[in-house]
Amino acid sequence: MSLELDSMYREVVLDHYKQPRGRCPLDRHDIENEGFNPVCGDEVKIGLRIEDGIILGVHSLGRGCSISVASGSMLAEILQGKTLEEARSIAEDFRRMMHGEITPDEADLGDLEALEGVQKFPVRIKCALLPWTTLLDAIEAYERGARAEKSTTEDPQLGGRPGIVHKNDERRSV
Amino acid sequence: MAESSPLDVARIRRDFPILSREVRGKPLLYLDSAATTQKPQVVLDALMDYYTHSNANVHRAIHTLGEEATAAYEGVRDKVAAFLGGVDRRGVVFTRNATESLNLVAYAWARPRLARGDEILVSEMEHHSNLVPWIEAARVTGAVVRTIPVTDEGLLDLDVYEELLGHHTKIVAVTHKSNVLGTINPVAEMAKAAHDVGAFVVVDGAQAAAHMPVDLNTLGADAYAFSAHKMLGPTGVGVLWARPEVLEEMDAFLGGGEMIREVHMDRATFNEVPWKFEAGTPNIAGVVGFGAAIDYLQALGMDKLNQHETQLTLYARDRLEEIGGLTLFGPRDAIHGGGIVTFWDKDVHPHDLSTILDTHGVAIRAGHHCAQPLMRRLGVVATARASFYCYNDRDDVDALVMALHECRKYFGHVS
Repeated sequence: MSLELDSMYREVVLDHYKQPRGRCPLDRHDIENEGFNPVCGDEVKIGLRIEDGIILGVHSLGRGCSISVASGSMLAEILQGKTLEEARSIAEDFRRMMHGEITPDEADLGDLEALEGVQKFPVRIKCALLPWTTLLDAIEAYERGARAEKSTTEDPQLGGRPGIVHKNDERRSV
Repeated sequence: MAESSPLDVARIRRDFPILSREVRGKPLLYLDSAATTQKPQVVLDALMDYYTHSNANVHRAIHTLGEEATAAYEGVRDKVAAFLGGVDRRGVVFTRNATESLNLVAYAWARPRLARGDEILVSEMEHHSNLVPWIEAARVTGAVVRTIPVTDEGLLDLDVYEELLGHHTKIVAVTHKSNVLGTINPVAEMAKAAHDVGAFVVVDGAQAAAHMPVDLNTLGADAYAFSAHKMLGPTGVGVLWARPEVLEEMDAFLGGGEMIREVHMDRATFNEVPWKFEAGTPNIAGVVGFGAAIDYLQALGMDKLNQHETQLTLYARDRLEEIGGLTLFGPRDAIHGGGIVTFWDKDVHPHDLSTILDTHGVAIRAGHHCAQPLMRRLGVVATARASFYCYNDRDDVDALVMALHECRKYFGHVS
């Protein structure tokens, strides 16, 4: 098989795909958001349980291709015990790595580094980012609600998300 | 068992320069013609020749180039009229694509005629382009969209259709041939029943016109839409056909140059049909290229093309069924469908399949195929689709099957 394929479907990626983490729905969650990729029909649902600003539980549900499922599984794993600020920072580093702006060595992304090879298949990058854009929109909504007196916060969204529409978004295509 | 194809595919392939390129180091194997077809050299030459020798605006200029451009453009209208079974050329409107053609009908014919409580029957297997314009027309008029369901065999449920038809039915919108299932719907029979209750029948012909003989004199459609790019022509050209008297009754759609007769500061009168619906400078080069595509198809013979694709589809279904773990959708027999094989691998997501096949040079479509309601009916979020045209043969199917085996091995399922 091709080297390009092997660099995308690394063993660790296929492992997360075949045995995804975070598939058990949380009994209760403080944040939840659904993401949807209208290009391929992939769906994800990210939920977080938060106590004292720390993420104590994550679920990563939905249906999708190996890359979006593996990315969501890695999300569930890496976010355990992190603060929302740290979660945003990981999301941003991951986005930058997927767009080739930084190398895996320049960030601490754990298993997520294995998704770097997806870059060789540009149409698949949004599969990898879908769980993360869904997460960021969820965090943004949570913080708006939790700190209503602060009507503006910095925009934490991942830049340039062609083709990705969220279910809580009016722009959802038919 | 192996019937010989009525087409000389080896010779045909030489007419398509793109088929000799490589993808990721492998020869291109193009199985996505239901999305768009590749173009033969004669179409590319027609585009180049038009811009090199005859480029001018149509219908306006008195000079020689203007005459040549107009003659070439209007000549293609005659070719389209002949291609559709010898219809009146005044019923042939050039648009941007089938989607625009369907929107034209929804806006200019349907919206002014729909009222609260009216019903639009739309099939569950429609491409979004023959669904969304009706959802929107219903939303602004108070009309209701009702669904003609799809059976487990991938056919329209005609019993339910008959039950749905009634005096509230104003429009029936149905595809002639499904872009997912390959199903050929009994449009003539459906149109007759629709006309009995006074409904207007809008047919999406984007797949059918490209793959089988279509005679609009007998089909029973009141409006018929298709795209040039799905039948060897350039992108950016579509056709709306309707009887000239229907077009005359319809409101204008886009206003501007070419579509008018007389303009004052407070009013305008409109050009004759079909030009009333061709506002602004059209895609002249694209239409000229489409003319070359029609000539090419006519030389092949739409009957032979259809027979070739049907044989190939039956062969592909047999071969794909040999691979364990695949679910094939759509009718199994040649009478009800052809040209398209849509499938789902229980172990490998369509996106992963498509990426892995791409590394073998194989281009298939993965996704919902702009038919999300049908995906829900099939119980999947996405499927993989291989579609065939005049330049595909059994070797392509064999290569696809081999690549699918590789995919399954890759994901850890030895098949």
